[in-house]
Amino acid sequence: MTRPGDILLSVKEISLRFGGVRALTDVSFDIHEGEIFAIIGPNGAGKSSMLNCINGFYHPQEGTITFKGAERRQMRPHEAAAQGISRTFQNIALFKGMTTLENVMTGRMLKMRATLAEQALYFWRGRREEIEHREKVEEVIDFLEIQSIRKTPVGRLPYGLQKRVELARALAAEPELLLLDEPMAGMNVEEKEDMCRFVLSTNHELGTTIALIEHDMGVVMDLSDRVVVLDYGKKLAEGTPDEVRGNQDVIDAYLGVSHD
Amino acid sequence: MAGALPDVAQHDTFPKLLRYNAEHRASVAAVREKDLGIWQTWTWADFRDAVRKLAGGMKALGLKRGEKVAIVGDNRPRLYFAMSAAQSLGAIPVPVYQDAVADEMRFVLDHAEAAFIVAEDQEQVDKVLSQKEHLPALRTIIYDDARGMRDYSESFLHAYDDVVGMGREGGWDEEVDLGKGGDTAIILYTSGTTGTPKGVVLSYDNLLLCAKIGADFEHLREDEVVLAYLPMAWVGDNVLSYCQAHLVGFSFACPESPETVPHDLRELGPTYFFAPPRVFENLLTQVTIRMEDAAPLKQRVFRFFMNVAERAGADILEGRKVGLANRFLYRMGEVLVYGPLKNVLGLSRLRVGYTAGEAIGPEIFRFFRSLGINLKQLYGQTEASVFVTIQTNDDVRPDSVGPPAPGVELRITEEGEVLYRSPGVFQEYYKNSEATAETKTGDGWVHTGDAGVIDDDGHLRIIDRAKDVGRLANGTLFAPKYLENKLKFYPNIREAVTFGHERDFVTAMINIDMEAVGNWAERRNIAYSSYQELAARPEVLDIVEGHVSEFNAGLAADPQFAGSQIHRFIVLHKMLDADDGELTRTQKVRRRFISERYAPAIDALYGGEGSIVLETPVTFEDGRSGTITGDLAIRDARISGAGGERAAA
Repeated sequence: MTRPGDILLSVKEISLRFGGVRALTDVSFDIHEGEIFAIIGPNGAGKSSMLNCINGFYHPQEGTITFKGAERRQMRPHEAAAQGISRTFQNIALFKGMTTLENVMTGRMLKMRATLAEQALYFWRGRREEIEHREKVEEVIDFLEIQSIRKTPVGRLPYGLQKRVELARALAAEPELLLLDEPMAGMNVEEKEDMCRFVLSTNHELGTTIALIEHDMGVVMDLSDRVVVLDYGKKLAEGTPDEVRGNQDVIDAYLGVSHD
Repeated sequence: MAGALPDVAQHDTFPKLLRYNAEHRASVAAVREKDLGIWQTWTWADFRDAVRKLAGGMKALGLKRGEKVAIVGDNRPRLYFAMSAAQSLGAIPVPVYQDAVADEMRFVLDHAEAAFIVAEDQEQVDKVLSQKEHLPALRTIIYDDARGMRDYSESFLHAYDDVVGMGREGGWDEEVDLGKGGDTAIILYTSGTTGTPKGVVLSYDNLLLCAKIGADFEHLREDEVVLAYLPMAWVGDNVLSYCQAHLVGFSFACPESPETVPHDLRELGPTYFFAPPRVFENLLTQVTIRMEDAAPLKQRVFRFFMNVAERAGADILEGRKVGLANRFLYRMGEVLVYGPLKNVLGLSRLRVGYTAGEAIGPEIFRFFRSLGINLKQLYGQTEASVFVTIQTNDDVRPDSVGPPAPGVELRITEEGEVLYRSPGVFQEYYKNSEATAETKTGDGWVHTGDAGVIDDDGHLRIIDRAKDVGRLANGTLFAPKYLENKLKFYPNIREAVTFGHERDFVTAMINIDMEAVGNWAERRNIAYSSYQELAARPEVLDIVEGHVSEFNAGLAADPQFAGSQIHRFIVLHKMLDADDGELTRTQKVRRRFISERYAPAIDALYGGEGSIVLETPVTFEDGRSGTITGDLAIRDARISGAGGERAAA
């Protein structure tokens, strides 16, 4: 049940090498506006590398990435962020000593225009911006139901909540495309259910397009509109969860035959 | 300020009082709520306007006088507005416990024949929709929070914001004027310690007279600050927040979310506050844990001044004579320890604090009073519109619930059951005349179902549920709740259930307190991954055994209870939970249910085995169910003094 949205991001014939190791070979797919798109595959298939290419952390040797109609070869992460791509990380990358609120505020940094002095003195533009951005951040906090940990240093929070704070920070940047690298990894059933609910409501209520990597097949099949399967850096299949589930190559490579 | 209360003979319903307040205190705060991190305020005029608009919409949707409007959700201003809007149209609000699962909710919604339901959010709407086919009377559902509701196409579902726009503004005053003091104001379903819930029908007169008795007794003022955080379906929230606010004109605040209550409490600094004993227990447990983690110097200062407070605090609070040295030290303690501590707990400005519902541990009670916090016990019931007895400011004892409140008469039957008669006595149980006749006598006395004694100076002491009081095989009095409450006074023990009726000796099943014991385990590097694992550690069992032995020694000193010492006990592998039917929604133990479900454990306690494998069903938060199996050790506790002789074990 592909949604009839325009193409938001188009990946064409991407190849990425680290020395002699081919991490990605000739991978192409499109992500449409408003969909939840999953990238799956066994360990080492190149899923995180793909995400890192999309948000500009890795620079593929071949191929192009087109975002919102603009083609680009090389782009740095902060430029990707400024254009509307946010992400979360497989291993949580928060400022552990800072509170939830402060961490989520950092998601707004790219949108702040005030000078250092204005911010430090909390004056003129600095003050106005702080209030504006805080309001946006509070909406995100309300959306993800983390009011009770607003002032808690994130290092003291349980893992599942830290993941949620990371999602909050990504959402605070009001992204058009949200990249989630294993959002459910290491979570218990209840935390997973919560996270699924938040991913879905982000997509539904905020209309954010989401690309995610996930190992929990139940989660992937339930959440995603479309799935791409990678194996050894190559695209194996692409389609709706049902189509992918029925694909013999996928069953052999990923769901059935073991690589060990 | 007591003289400034409006005349309840003239303003004899809450909508009339709302109108009075909107005219006389138009710009005074009535309701607050923290939204997006900032406290928002509705004045009494705003309150009236919101209610008027909503009532207009509800009338346009076809709500008629006498119909029931169920209200399902956490404490939210808009749900209180809905309560008021229903009342102003002559409809009857029926607040429902918001954490009830769909099945439980169905009973109340169906029994009350709710025509309208005002629900907080998608979660509650989903619950109602899942039961819709069993609710023939239901015509309309209104929801407050529109999040997630976009794809719902049912024609009987309406967003609050849309409803507000539907009605005409006029006609509200005329509707309000039709209300009378004798009308039914609300139906509150009791959580049902026994059997199915019963709908307690309360009139405006019941609630207003009771609210007034309380307000006069405590000299409540317009500037009180109240946090409305206990379930709206509970009579205490209704009377102490909604009713008394209408009568006295003070404001009540809704917390940001149930999890933020401690923060909200601290930010607001309520002056008038109710909490069940559990909340105070938790506060004390937290303080204890944090002090154990504090630096040695801080610990010493804390201990020193807590000793001072224990000597002098309660006397100073109750206005008795205290020596100069202690008075000086207490003043210092206020600066160094008590003041900051009260501030952290959000209790700095508290004038009147109530606790009720269960017995509170004497140490916990004394702890808060010694800090200078005016915490008092009351004894109340839904059927009484709360107040039966209240402790007076100058005579507070940990083991009694005080003398009868003004206007209340008390009596004890030969079997020891407490009876009362007051202006707050309920009209009837809705559609249950049999239960009404059992509970309320022809001349207005109400059977509480509690066993109690009245002291020589008129203070009531509650021992147990009348039907739970039993006898050991040798005829000794067995009061399970009395024993359990005493056990629960140990911070490490969260819940306890005792057995002994028609048995040779008393045994107990115990839940440890995950927070307190977990902290203890952490400091000793004892690894555990779940409640079950922690509860099965031999070190933990040793602690509990120590507590039980000490508890036995305490009982031995009381001739009435010396025979009730606990001989054997078991620490359960799961927490007793309302979702599993083991506790009521108000966290009271369901004794009969537990003794059936845990029958093998009870047999083992009396059979002399050293351990037992126990399989128990559990319900997860999403409604699915499974089982938990555990191999539980049964321990013997030390028996003190005269209670020692016991049959073969």
